[in-house]
Amino acid sequence: MAYNVEEVIADSVHNAAQGGNDAGWMMHHVLDARELDFSPFGVVHLPEIHLFGMDISITKHVVFMWLAAIILILIFSAVAKSYKKSIVPKGLANFVEILVVFVRDEIVKPTIGSGYEKFLPYLLTVFFFILTCNFLGLFPYGSTATSNISVTATLATFSFFVIQIGGIIKNGFIGYFKGLMPHGIPLWLLPIMFVVEILGLFTKPFALAVRLFANMTAGHVVIMALIGLIFILKSYAVAPVSIGFALFINLLEVLVALIQAYIFTILSSLFIGMAVHQEH
Amino acid sequence: MASILNYALLALSSGGEGSGSPLDINPGVIIWTTITFIFLFLVLKKMAWKPILNSLNERENFIRDSLEKAEKARKEAEELYEKNKQNLARAEEEAQKIIDQGREYAENLKKQILEESKAEAKKLIQDASAEIERKNQEAFNNLKTQIAEIAVGAAEKIIREKLDEEANARLVEKYIEDITKG
Repeated sequence: MAYNVEEVIADSVHNAAQGGNDAGWMMHHVLDARELDFSPFGVVHLPEIHLFGMDISITKHVVFMWLAAIILILIFSAVAKSYKKSIVPKGLANFVEILVVFVRDEIVKPTIGSGYEKFLPYLLTVFFFILTCNFLGLFPYGSTATSNISVTATLATFSFFVIQIGGIIKNGFIGYFKGLMPHGIPLWLLPIMFVVEILGLFTKPFALAVRLFANMTAGHVVIMALIGLIFILKSYAVAPVSIGFALFINLLEVLVALIQAYIFTILSSLFIGMAVHQEH
Repeated sequence: MASILNYALLALSSGGEGSGSPLDINPGVIIWTTITFIFLFLVLKKMAWKPILNSLNERENFIRDSLEKAEKARKEAEELYEKNKQNLARAEEEAQKIIDQGREYAENLKKQILEESKAEAKKLIQDASAEIERKNQEAFNNLKTQIAEIAVGAAEKIIREKLDEEANARLVEKYIEDITKG
């Protein structure tokens, strides 16, 4: 009669751990992984690399970043080549040009103003890299590298350095930090304002990183949850509804992919503009 | 109890395959992102942004120049047109002037010729009247001489024939008749 209470609890915990009703299957699609899962066709295991005691293994997101980089390099080298042939764009160059001109005239020029040309290559790269990563996540078997906080944090760190270095080059090291202080505040507030402003420098890229990461993760989680409803409710009747909603969210994600690339770029650009032209 | 804790830890650490949280920071991914992004930035900057942005600017300048040129050409054409119009108007004016001059000249000439011919006619009429006057005078003079001659002749006859009164009267009548006839 005496149940081994200990064992029962252990068993249920184990069961739960082995994958019953946990969110593991959902996170499996969102999280980074050590392999490329092409089920049911198979799984490609990625090489593990350890260097100086650090784990720098190639992961799924790294692979998709590279894929994005390769796609971008292929597209843009083709476009650049077509420009060498003739000044009149056509086909692919025409399409890419719309985006390039959009970034230049709608994002960078109005937010940075004079001297925007220096920051244009960085912001164009950020825009197209994020855009491509976002879209790669929408393909079957694809994965969104920008739904990895490590990736977005790194991109935001780049923006952080570009913002600070841009501001320092334009206004001088001391001039830049002096310019951060608002004009005409009481003297005794200065130490507090200094701390606040310095914190502000870091919160901006932090917000950039979290915004991109959260937006790109959320859409996938919602799609997974909608599909998961079918299995949770164990009914085929749910499938059309679930798939309909999932399709809607998927289309929404196309929009979000564009918007987030745009927002990351325009905010970086805006912060650069604020750092470079502090008088405004 | 120890085993429960063990399993609980196991459950937490390996919750299915997708272990961990999306908020986990993976240093390896950070390093790869950095490398990938810097590489992509450098490659694209050299290979894509420079030529693309340059040709964009080039094209924009080209279009701007072309538009300016077209505008200039349009203005020039307009000026030329205006000038031509002015020239044409001036030429027309000149032609009108010439025509007017010709007309005036013709008018004058006409008047002159008319006056001249009038004067001529007047002179001719005058001459003719003078001639007529002269002829009249001449005829009258001739008549006077003839009448005198006739009268003398009649007298001569009367005297010569010494006719009676009746015969004289008849004779005179006859002579007068003769004269009126003649």
